[in-house]
Amino acid sequence: MKATGNAGLAAGRTVRGLSVGRHLNDLAWRAAAGICAVGVAAVLLMIMGYIVREGVGALSFTFLTSAPHPVGVPGGGVGNGIAGTLIIVGIAAVMAFPIGIFVGVYLAVYGHGRIADTIRFLSDVLASVPSIAVGLFAYTLLVQPFRHFSAFSASFAFAILMMPLVIRTTEGSLRLLPPELRESAVALGASDYQVTTRCLLVAARPGIVTGLLLALARVTGETAPLLFTAFGSQFWQFNPSNPMAELSLQIFTYAISPYRDWHQQAWAGALVLILAVSALGMIARVVFRQRHSVGG
Amino acid sequence: MKGRFGALAFIYGTVVSSAIALALAAGIGILAGIYLAEFAPRRLATTLGTLIELLAAVPSVVYGLWGLFVLAPVVSGWIGPALQGALGFLPVFQGTIYGVNMLTASLVLALMIVPTVTALTRDLIAAVPRRTSEAALALGATRWEAMSRVVLPVVRPGVFGACMLALGRALGETIATTMVIGNRPAIAASLFAPGYTVASVIANEFTEATTNLYLSALIELGLILFVISVIINGAGRLLMRYLLRVGL
Repeated sequence: MKATGNAGLAAGRTVRGLSVGRHLNDLAWRAAAGICAVGVAAVLLMIMGYIVREGVGALSFTFLTSAPHPVGVPGGGVGNGIAGTLIIVGIAAVMAFPIGIFVGVYLAVYGHGRIADTIRFLSDVLASVPSIAVGLFAYTLLVQPFRHFSAFSASFAFAILMMPLVIRTTEGSLRLLPPELRESAVALGASDYQVTTRCLLVAARPGIVTGLLLALARVTGETAPLLFTAFGSQFWQFNPSNPMAELSLQIFTYAISPYRDWHQQAWAGALVLILAVSALGMIARVVFRQRHSVGG
Repeated sequence: MKGRFGALAFIYGTVVSSAIALALAAGIGILAGIYLAEFAPRRLATTLGTLIELLAAVPSVVYGLWGLFVLAPVVSGWIGPALQGALGFLPVFQGTIYGVNMLTASLVLALMIVPTVTALTRDLIAAVPRRTSEAALALGATRWEAMSRVVLPVVRPGVFGACMLALGRALGETIATTMVIGNRPAIAASLFAPGYTVASVIANEFTEATTNLYLSALIELGLILFVISVIINGAGRLLMRYLLRVGL
């Protein structure tokens, strides 16, 4: 750190005997800050460690590939939940990604006026609407009129949750590009469409992909909106217009149940969920670094 | 079921659990952010920062699971009795100690929002030009004095905004609180008693809502939650944006 030398000077300027109080104050606060930072990381690591310890026991191939068994019947797993998560999140991504990227491009390339500012602010606010409220919205729009729960309504809720993240990261990574890039493409006679698709979007791709991955990670761990959209299921279900199992929802159901073997399965499910979400986060990080090395 | 509905106990539970969570998370998170931005050796700062950011992405159902099976017994077995022993004369620390209660919910929420406060505080401080603190150091300030009297006042509105964003997250959090707050629709003075939050009551009772009025009451709760969090988050974001626009 650059300031170290200056701090040394400052320490030298004050006579030790006169400024003991100030030195102690300085030391105490800096130590407290360090303890807080390390403490937070340690507690969070502890949680991870606990989940690995409790979850590994119940983790097996059958656990990952079979549907739940009735209480008391050994075996059974979260296979249908994992499949449900993939389907629900997949459909959500198909809905949210194109719209989010389009809006992001609009904001970054054409968005200068008051309308763009408003869209930006609204998208930020949308990002902070509680997920359960988004779930209620999906319920009134897509569950109530049809009189039954469906995986599709869950995808719709997830898409709403993902969109602001996609918009923001797309806009952000486009804005980081040097203006010369666009200008030189225009100078070579490229049309607006060509400039955007062949030049800007290509150059900004790592940043955009990072945003998509983070959006996926965000909704993969989301549970609240599923309670009254996907609803959950004990069986294999591949039709998005029917109620469907979902991993995090299964963990929730198992955790608040009174059965010991279900608790065990909840821990194992949590381990799977955490691994999936962290993997997405890790990949996002790697892709993001790639931008710094390539795009500079 | 008499068809009478009231939201006060739920709003109370939401506000109190989130406020306690924020009080805990703000102090710890701001100090941690300061450490990461200013005092930590570079490599340690990167490691801790990455860790805290990755762990911010831990799903809330996982926090709930941990809170229910690990933290709740600790609260009823150790933390609760200790608090009662030391501060038992306060009404908030009296009464029977349940495992799932307001305190457990607040602690879990605090854990969930600490990464937000830490990361945003760190980024805000890192955005302050280094010459600001160097000038203070050159005038003979200690490093903590330079931080607390020169750098922190510059970013104070932003840190306040970060806390609002964290509060918004705590207010809207559903699954983790539902699992650890006890879900009893009553206003109790004691933090050791179970409570209920707006989001939890929606989560718990939605699938049991048999009448239209019941359903509408729950959706009304959703509206209350929506309005509260949009106001809190909107204010937080405006503050952050204002600060970043004026260029710190």
